[in-house]
Amino acid sequence: MAEDQDKILEEVTGGEYKYGFYTDIEMEEFPKGLNEDIIRLISAKKNEPEFMLEFRLKAFRHWLTMKQPNWAHLNIPPIDFQDIIYYAVPKKKPELESMDDVDPELKATFDKLGIPLDEQKVLAGVAVDAVIDSVSVKTTFKETLAEKGIIFCSISEAVQEYPDLVKKYLGSVVPHQDNYFGALNAAVFSDGSFVYIPKGVRCPMELSTYFRINAMNTGQFERTLIVADDDSYVSYLEGCTAPMRDENQLHAAIVEIVAMERAEVKYSTVQNWYPGDKEGKGGIYNFVTKRGICKGDYSKISWTQVETGSAITWKYPSCVLQGDHSVGEFYSVAVTNNYQQADTGTKMIHLGKNTRSLIVSKGVSAGKSQNSYRGLVKVSKKAENARNFSQCDSLLLGDKCGAHTFPYLEIANNSAKVEHEATTSKIGEDQIFYCNQRGLSTEDAVGLIVNGYVKEVINQLPMEFAVEAQKLLQISLEGSVG
Amino acid sequence: MNKTCRIVNLQEEYSQLYQEHRSMIEDGAPEKMNALRAKAFETFIEKGIPSNKVEAYKYTNLQPYFKGTLDIAFSKEAALNGSSNKFHCSVPELDTHNVFLINGWFAHLEDAHQLPEGVVVGSIREKALEYPEVFEKYYGQNLGDDNDAMAAMNTAFAQDGAFVYVPKGVVVDKPIQLVNIMTGENDRLVFQRNLIVVEDNAQLKVMLCDHTISPQKFVINNLTEVFANENSVFDVYNIQNQHNLTTQVSGMYVHQKKYSNILTNNLTLHSGVTRNNIRVTMDDENCESHVYGLYLSDKNQHVDNYSFIDHAKPHCQSFELFKGVMDDSASAAFTGRVLVRPDAQQTNAYQSNNNLLLTQNAKINSKPQLEIYADDVKCSHGATVGQLDDDAMFYLKARGINENEGRILLMFAFAYEVIEKIRVEPLKENIRSLVEKRFRGEFDKCDSCVVCGHQGASVSCL
Repeated sequence: MAEDQDKILEEVTGGEYKYGFYTDIEMEEFPKGLNEDIIRLISAKKNEPEFMLEFRLKAFRHWLTMKQPNWAHLNIPPIDFQDIIYYAVPKKKPELESMDDVDPELKATFDKLGIPLDEQKVLAGVAVDAVIDSVSVKTTFKETLAEKGIIFCSISEAVQEYPDLVKKYLGSVVPHQDNYFGALNAAVFSDGSFVYIPKGVRCPMELSTYFRINAMNTGQFERTLIVADDDSYVSYLEGCTAPMRDENQLHAAIVEIVAMERAEVKYSTVQNWYPGDKEGKGGIYNFVTKRGICKGDYSKISWTQVETGSAITWKYPSCVLQGDHSVGEFYSVAVTNNYQQADTGTKMIHLGKNTRSLIVSKGVSAGKSQNSYRGLVKVSKKAENARNFSQCDSLLLGDKCGAHTFPYLEIANNSAKVEHEATTSKIGEDQIFYCNQRGLSTEDAVGLIVNGYVKEVINQLPMEFAVEAQKLLQISLEGSVG
Repeated sequence: MNKTCRIVNLQEEYSQLYQEHRSMIEDGAPEKMNALRAKAFETFIEKGIPSNKVEAYKYTNLQPYFKGTLDIAFSKEAALNGSSNKFHCSVPELDTHNVFLINGWFAHLEDAHQLPEGVVVGSIREKALEYPEVFEKYYGQNLGDDNDAMAAMNTAFAQDGAFVYVPKGVVVDKPIQLVNIMTGENDRLVFQRNLIVVEDNAQLKVMLCDHTISPQKFVINNLTEVFANENSVFDVYNIQNQHNLTTQVSGMYVHQKKYSNILTNNLTLHSGVTRNNIRVTMDDENCESHVYGLYLSDKNQHVDNYSFIDHAKPHCQSFELFKGVMDDSASAAFTGRVLVRPDAQQTNAYQSNNNLLLTQNAKINSKPQLEIYADDVKCSHGATVGQLDDDAMFYLKARGINENEGRILLMFAFAYEVIEKIRVEPLKENIRSLVEKRFRGEFDKCDSCVVCGHQGASVSCL
């Protein structure tokens, strides 16, 4: 344990954003700008069936009628949607026979990121779908999963091979007219992951997607669709990084989850997009729509997120609890430092009877950052015996940052039991003093206390991720003390 | 004169109403009051009567209530309109200085000579002329930077209301009771604007009681500005007890200076649609504020409490508690915004909102918010929605208390936490019995108020 700590400390002292390298891979890019032709081009390039093009165009036409929302507690500089490249692909051979055929530069990239893309890392036991600049480059363990009937592939592949499934579920949780960035994603999304777990199957390993923005001036618009049929279980991980750049890049993704009867889906995110430098220059705008629907009775969807990156985060992973006895959970740690801004939280929509939801949100703000929790708990009239408990804590490190809570409770059923609690405080001087006295530097003490403070959420993460998340926290908060 | 207006398209007609009657509205009103009108009117027209598309009014769409054929009084004669201005108040155990207003216009002050020396109570438009330096220093100075449309509407249209001034070091023992009586033969739109100034080291308690005594529809927009200066103590109890056709938008804007201690308590016992805008600005160090509210609604009633506590300076404390019981198809909303501005260190802010839903059709929307820009603070908020505790009920039943009685006991205990905070003993006792009667269903509108249907008879507010 002590050794681990030492290692973490060593890494901490090492640096700021360690994923900020840029890989020189040959890219194929579309011209900048957004119009129907670009969308047709994306669709044609991907050899999509007619219904996909229609879906995209419908979304695009609707998007044109919408305005960028401004209700969040964020200061978003104007985005020029015509100045973005909507499609960028690493140039590659059409079919990959084995790992040896992967572009060595690309392989090196994933090695640097520490992603077990290689078959040698079988022991890590994680099936990975890697998405770089909008396009899925490699999915591992496909065969092993196929034996169980599990489909895990890029969404472009799914469109080709399982058009019925895609047609049935795409846009069923987040419709194309849902929100501004959601509509934009529906129009231009280039790739993402698709997961289908058949009836009664418990996915034997963690499924994982690794996202990376690499090329300049590009936006990343990926779309993930997870369908868990009756009595199935899957745990899904998502990680993201990007190179350090001066300009801001847009990331507008959608994740849709459908859980049928007694199915359970666990979705974990460690979001570490480039947050911008100390002066707040550059960084990713992370505007993401994530929503799951507990369609069947006794189903369960659990979101866990560790948000340390991005210049601006705008993200509300939600659960629609439609089936009776369904359960929604949301565990979140959001850390902001320097000039980062985050407005994140969840929505729990109780529709079925005896539905339960739990919200645990831990915000940590440092530097000159702004960190908001925004959440909705809605109990509809027919949702008998709904139960919700929300706990939103904020920790302030420094006197120039802000921590805000905006919970909404809308209750229309008298059998509901809804509780919300929020506290805001800073680390006590006595706590720091106690650590100092035992030989810990103030910086280490803060790290220790913060890690303890977020433990409740980190504990929900799968093992490999938990270690990474802990390290990330340390790095994100570096330089925030003293 | 009484002017009858048909209002269908809100902005258009209110704009016309203002333009056409501007000379009447401004006639005889203090200069400062008129000086602020034009800009307020612009804000009001730009924003309009808030619908639920406006975030701050998300749960209360005021637009339908401000439509209809409404009478508006542009002069005192029209407001009083033949009703006797000699009301008497007789609540034996509650000794107060009584001020009567009719349709928002100052009518009468009982026993003026009993007021402590230097204390000024009267009509805002008259007293403004007598005490121009006080009026000009304070009027319209504490409406905040959020340009609330309803506050702007009040500033544009209001012509009268009460003025209370307590000079340095004076302690007013007896509470001052401002009774606003709404009466008329037609549906009516009423504006009222109060200004209360409590100087350094002074103490004052105020009760606001609004009564609708004729069965017509009343639409009320009232606003009270309070300035609690250094080391002052100020209490205000807003007792809302109207019939179901009433729509009331009630603004309470409190400004605090060093070491002042204020308490506001909004007791919404009965009303049609109520919206309370409560804003407390702690503009100096070491202020303390207590902001409470109790709302009991049934039938189709709707109560929306919107509170905004502004911690602008360090070392201040605020305590907020709002509790509600919703029966039948009643709905309620609560917004508790706490803002801790940069460098307002050592702030303590506590907020709690608890709700009981008694029926299938009752609804509650709660929106506590913390916005914190300083780090050395202790802030917390909690919100709960639930039902009566089954275990507690069982306990009572096991001791031979029947279900109905048990329910009343538990509901009363729930509500008592707010009643307990009243710092005027006889008033506390009165509210306690009113609330108990309310839960027993023995009390409809204004239990002990004899006013109903007896114009000119004695009025007792509680």
